[in-house]
Amino acid sequence: MEMPKPKEDLLARKPQIIARLREVLPADAVIDDPSETRAYECDALSAYRCQPLGVVLPRSTGEVAAALKACHELGVPVVPRGAGTSLAGGSMPQADSVVLGLARMNAVLETDYTNRFIRVEAGRTNLSVTGAVESDGWFYAPDPSSQLACAISGNIAMNSGGAHCLKYGVTTNNLLGVTLVTMEGEVVEVGGPYLDAGGLDLLGLICGSEGQLGVVTEATLKILPKPEGARPVLIGFNSNEVAGACVADIIKAGILPVAIEFMDRPCIVATEAFCHAGYPDCEALLIVECEGSPAEIDEQIGMIRQIATRHEPVEFREAQSADEAARIWLGRKSAFGAMGQINDYMCLDGTIPVSELPFVLRRIGELSKDYGLDVANVFHAGDGNMHPLILYNANEPGQQEQCEKLGAEILKLCVEAGGCLTGEHGVGIEKRDLMDVQFEPADLEAQMRVKDVFDPKWLLNPAKVFPLGASASRRAS
Amino acid sequence: MRVESEAQLAEAVRDAGGALAVRGGGTRPVGRCLGEPLEVGISGITLYEPGALTLVVGAGTPLAEVEAAIAAEGQRLPFEPANWGPVLGAPGTSTVGGVVAANVSGPRRVQAGACRDSLIGTRFVDGRGQIVKNGGRVMKNVTGYDLVKLMAGSWGTLGVMSEVAFKLLPAAPSQATVVIDLPAGAAQVALAAGLGSPYDVSGAGWLPGHGAVVRVEGLAESVAYRAEQLRKLMEPFGPVRVEEEGSAAIWQSLRDLEPFIGKDGDLWRLSVKPSEASEIVARLGGEVLLDWGGGLIWALLPEGSDARALASPYTGHATCMRGAAGVTFEPEPAPIATLTTALRAQFDPKGILNPGRMG
Repeated sequence: MEMPKPKEDLLARKPQIIARLREVLPADAVIDDPSETRAYECDALSAYRCQPLGVVLPRSTGEVAAALKACHELGVPVVPRGAGTSLAGGSMPQADSVVLGLARMNAVLETDYTNRFIRVEAGRTNLSVTGAVESDGWFYAPDPSSQLACAISGNIAMNSGGAHCLKYGVTTNNLLGVTLVTMEGEVVEVGGPYLDAGGLDLLGLICGSEGQLGVVTEATLKILPKPEGARPVLIGFNSNEVAGACVADIIKAGILPVAIEFMDRPCIVATEAFCHAGYPDCEALLIVECEGSPAEIDEQIGMIRQIATRHEPVEFREAQSADEAARIWLGRKSAFGAMGQINDYMCLDGTIPVSELPFVLRRIGELSKDYGLDVANVFHAGDGNMHPLILYNANEPGQQEQCEKLGAEILKLCVEAGGCLTGEHGVGIEKRDLMDVQFEPADLEAQMRVKDVFDPKWLLNPAKVFPLGASASRRAS
Repeated sequence: MRVESEAQLAEAVRDAGGALAVRGGGTRPVGRCLGEPLEVGISGITLYEPGALTLVVGAGTPLAEVEAAIAAEGQRLPFEPANWGPVLGAPGTSTVGGVVAANVSGPRRVQAGACRDSLIGTRFVDGRGQIVKNGGRVMKNVTGYDLVKLMAGSWGTLGVMSEVAFKLLPAAPSQATVVIDLPAGAAQVALAAGLGSPYDVSGAGWLPGHGAVVRVEGLAESVAYRAEQLRKLMEPFGPVRVEEEGSAAIWQSLRDLEPFIGKDGDLWRLSVKPSEASEIVARLGGEVLLDWGGGLIWALLPEGSDARALASPYTGHATCMRGAAGVTFEPEPAPIATLTTALRAQFDPKGILNPGRMG
């Protein structure tokens, strides 16, 4: 993965840059000793690492503004970072940059059940947002797999999704307002505890902009009353095609489960070996979760059983207790860990039209053979958001390159099938140079013009999202 | 001028000698519409996959045509778009492009999101005459910046949409409405109780002749169960009844502002923090309708009224939908206005697309 050549003058001016940051921030908010900044050299795309010039860890919106203003004046690129869980390299530093970490800003600022929102500092972790309201019967809906660790600021930057977004939507559908600090250090309030924008929908534009338009320091999030209950069923099939057809039939029948998860044989085998969830020995399985009162769940599951029966499943397992429900979810939730036990892996997240599932899975199987690398599939089937996991051995020369090539082939396949490069992880550095597979130059130009507005000098997370060639002239100026 | 293909649209924008008044069916004449009329007649369903809950359609396609096509498969647009033509005195055929340009979202907005939340892709022609696509035809897509959201509710000022793609939902086979006999000024607390319950409320408003109304939709047995739970929950607030047969008519009436049709006066739309609704209603005087749990207030006021001055202080924004008084859209705070102006200059450097329409 290529990164732009660091600017020599910035590397040379490191002492002055750090000194200036120490002038405008408290002493313990700036670190530059390589032994301390090492923790920030990568995110969850850990194959790529780079030490930044320094790291700032502000405690308030005012300190964020001061840090950005100073970096703007000095012409120093800034890489914003939430919890560093990006799978796309969204918070990977460049050598001539300052990392701005939000981990210290994690307070709950306001909880309002009458108006159904919570306002938090954006460094707060996803799960602890729900944690702040769940004893009162509420929750925050977007639930990325990394929700124990990932921060709301990163969720907003990547417009994160999760298993339950078939019903509840992704981050942008659950975000009411943000406090945004621009690269110039100006604090802008966008949106608030009301439902739509008064003018242009800047909030919708900011969400998913990968930390390139500004740093979000506070967020107003929609919260929802918890449903009365939820119950999963597990359905096993002896082919991917049939499982895919069952998903389409469930959706066409007018049932909207909160989640429909899909695992293929390689993934089932690996998770069984890892956590012994007791999954059936089959080619593909679905986990479908329904919500409501016990009677409502019975009604929905009854319909799902009827539909599934037409597809002759090898197993239809309905959870009869909380323990059985947990076991149904156990393998799915352990899938990434199970893969990590076997080998290194690269996780992609291209989205495809649900109707193309059988075709795309077959092609992935063929590509996997061609490249000699195993691919396991576990994904959100209801919305077509794939998660092919390519297994490789990083210690074996050449395998990482092969893995990246196979990954690129799979993502191109997703685009050709009518889908997109990334459904919820973001572009970051990982998919940056594939953007022209999905977009024409004019499409990218329109997006880059938006960055020109918010960050005319292209200092915020500049080497991400857009192919380096496409953004070169803007980054150089 | 009427264009019927994307190529014609791009040419029309490139060749424009001055301002273009971009329109679909002309049923939402909100704000200033200056310049040579440019009617987007790019019509027809490009792709509809019921099993994937996705629809791609020409921006000039009549809304009614789209709704009929997806209803035939038991599906619907989640955001329940309103028909404002009658109340705005603008007869015509509402188009999907117009719905998106105005981000028109009906009562189900509280449960299923706004128009912008169901919009998954668009193609548009910017002010340079350049064709741009963003988003696509899949439900989850974070590839690049989300210009789709930006286009929704931009009233044709950033680009002229040629195609839009939606995420759909299964239409609910059954619905019921819990009606609580309450004055508008007392409704918000009851509505908040409904929306704060686990019963998956899909509409919460107030309209004259009924009172506070709370809707549930879904499978028949589930609807009956939840309506009964809500009826019990609402008893402390006032006399309660459950409406089944008349439920759909109540929500169409609220959605299309039927109680205001044919009445004189200025029509204002206030999007506010719901808990402020009661006080705002009292300050406004006049006739009101409430939607979105009190977060959306429609007010019919005497001609020349300034709803912003009357309603203040409020958290949110007010739009003059019909009337001569003052500025149509809420003036923006300085930092937002700076960004907005700069964005317009990027998308429409000549300032020819619906100039001044959003103030």
